[in-house]
Amino acid sequence: MTDNPPTNLYLPDMATIQEVVQETSNIKTFRVTLNNPDRMRDFSFEPGQVGQLSVFGVGESTFVINSSPTRMDYLQFSVMRVGELTERLHKLRAGDQIGVRAPLGNCFPYEEMKGKDIVFVGGGIGMAPLRTLLVYMLDNRADYGNISLLYGARSPADMAFSYELPEWLGREDMVTELTVDNGTPDWKHKVGLIPNVLKEMAPSADNAFAVTCGPPIMIKFTIEALHSLGFKDEQIITTLEKRMKCGVGICGRCNIGTHYVCKDGPVFTNAQLRELPNEL
Amino acid sequence: MLAARYITTDKLVPWLLSLSESRLVLAPIRKGGQTVFQPLEADSELDLDGLATSSPKAALLPRCETLLEFHYSKGEEAPSRTSVEVRETLHDQPTFLFGARPCDVRGFTVFDRVYDAGSKRDIYYCTRRDNTLVASLACTDPAETCFCHRVGGGPGDSTGADLLFTFIGDGYVVEAVTDRGNDFLLSQTLHDAGDRVETALKTREAVKAAMPEGEPLLGAPEQVNKLFDDQPFWEDVSAKCLSCGACSYLCPTCYCFNMTDEMHGNDGVRVRTWDNCMSFQFTLEGSGHNPRAAKAQRMRNRIGHKFNYYPALHDGNLACVGCGRCISHCPVSMDVREIVSKAQTRAMAEEEQIND
Ligand SMILES: Cc1cc2nc3c(=O)[nH]c(=O)nc-3n(C[C@H](O)[C@H](O)[C@H](O)COP(=O)(O)OP(=O)(O)OC[C@H]3O[C@@H](n4cnc5c(N)ncnc54)[C@H](O)[C@@H]3O)c2cc1C
Ligand code: SF4
Ligand code: SF4
Ligand code: FES
Repeated sequence: MTDNPPTNLYLPDMATIQEVVQETSNIKTFRVTLNNPDRMRDFSFEPGQVGQLSVFGVGESTFVINSSPTRMDYLQFSVMRVGELTERLHKLRAGDQIGVRAPLGNCFPYEEMKGKDIVFVGGGIGMAPLRTLLVYMLDNRADYGNISLLYGARSPADMAFSYELPEWLGREDMVTELTVDNGTPDWKHKVGLIPNVLKEMAPSADNAFAVTCGPPIMIKFTIEALHSLGFKDEQIITTLEKRMKCGVGICGRCNIGTHYVCKDGPVFTNAQLRELPNEL
Repeated sequence: MLAARYITTDKLVPWLLSLSESRLVLAPIRKGGQTVFQPLEADSELDLDGLATSSPKAALLPRCETLLEFHYSKGEEAPSRTSVEVRETLHDQPTFLFGARPCDVRGFTVFDRVYDAGSKRDIYYCTRRDNTLVASLACTDPAETCFCHRVGGGPGDSTGADLLFTFIGDGYVVEAVTDRGNDFLLSQTLHDAGDRVETALKTREAVKAAMPEGEPLLGAPEQVNKLFDDQPFWEDVSAKCLSCGACSYLCPTCYCFNMTDEMHGNDGVRVRTWDNCMSFQFTLEGSGHNPRAAKAQRMRNRIGHKFNYYPALHDGNLACVGCGRCISHCPVSMDVREIVSKAQTRAMAEEEQIND
């Protein structure tokens, strides 16, 4: 037993939605601040950590904090509508109150990645966890080597963060490729599946890390493509999604063998995943 | 030296009832053909004959427990705006848990390692644990389904208890196990046990010696692990299973939970309830993907958690205390002992093949 008075692991911080951004037809981004100014000022997290968002009366669900710790004006979560809680979140407006339990889980190994080239490969809502690391690295640009981003979605209208894409496309210190499964007449970027575009881009595996996140099938083929480009499992980083409740390793819901995605994850290297029992 | 006292059989219930004036006394009580832990009252039918139907885990981890209460109110200036107030609800009623068996009480230590783990303390559980004095009763008549002695415990084991009661014919010897059990015992006016402590010890040893021999299952973790990818094995051992979940609801060591909200008008609660990894929904994800869609995979997780994952994380302690409830109450007579023994035999046979 510890000497410090125990904090209640399940009691969320009350937070106010400052802004809601409609990203795509089924994704909205929420910018929130904690109501207690001291808690907000002292809040710290690392890129890749997640939070449990509460809509009181509906429940809690897990979302990546996709803002960067380098920009603490607000915490940002992007939410795809898939069920009851996400549906109710999508109905909320600026000024509404939600609960936040964060930060939870581990983070990207951004220290270890210093001095390396970084390849980001994101699909759909999977761009959200990548965004936090990408913004962090762009805000600490000198610490990292070449940065490239490949972001794919079903169609141009399904691209989240569209208001940020021009900046990323325009930057001289990074390479950005966008791709969609189905193009439209005014689409100026790639059309094709992410793994194929990745092979065309052919980033070098020397002294590099690849970070990928997206639907399971995309991750599977992206990892194959990375292997064919010479990336080793230790150089490939991804995040896992598992159904969660407590978020702190107690409720027993998110285990893969001895590992709990809520506390040992969500970030894993492909080498670590290979060590886990095959139950993803 | 920790205190030891003695109480005659006819004085036991009056003494427990006197305790219940200042605290909640939970004891195994016969009701509708079952024995369950309930608050003791003057007309309760105390049943100390065997293992209770359900484990006493609800004393520390209720089936359904309110964690938070919240209240929505409309804004005064803009009625379309609502604000919400949230508050925690901790339960700290002093409790005396009487008559739990050594296996069940050992089960609490399985919880302690998860719910009271350093910086991540679950204050709901810990508050109940701190406020509950646990008095267990050594077994004199193990059932055929009992196998505490094969998983690190025994019919006279005191792990997890504050007081240990042993029946010696005309009454009970009460031995303090922890300091707080000792303090409690010293505060009570009971006879000194004298040399009856010797008798109690001998009784416990005799019961343990009389239990049928069986392979210890403490070596199981490695062996269960080896069979992880052996799909036919898990399909075979789970073939009869109905996924009803009775095993985990009755189990004194199953601790997985769900959290859900309930609303009544402007007021609501967040509750946690026991959950069960044998159910299909347990791991179903938003994309529709389910990492454990098949019954065989869920059985593998249940056995894996108890006999492999948990011991790997907690110094080799199994998350099964051998109470046998999952065996005696399973509608299709699944037997966890058989599954683990089969896993051991199979893994060893494979090892021999490799060595040959
Ligand atoms: C580490 C992690 C990070 C995540 N990050 C994001 C993110 O940044 N943006 C985003 O949009 N989504 C993210 N998710 C997924 C998100 O948590 C689920 O989509 C959300 O919980 C579904 O909630 P719901 O109440 O609307 O769905 P429900 O109405 O509860 O159910 C709809 C379906 O979703 C399943 N489900 C419920 N809760 C979860 C859960 N926590 N994880 C997976 N499936 C679930 C149900 O089994 C059901 O099939 C993340 C999940 C994890 C585990
Ligand atoms: S798994 Fe079965 S025998 Fe073991 S503790 Fe649970 S209910 Fe008892
Ligand atoms: S398993 Fe052991 S401790 Fe539990 S009831 Fe049976 S004999 Fe008693
Ligand atoms: S979410 Fe409860 S253990 Fe991971």
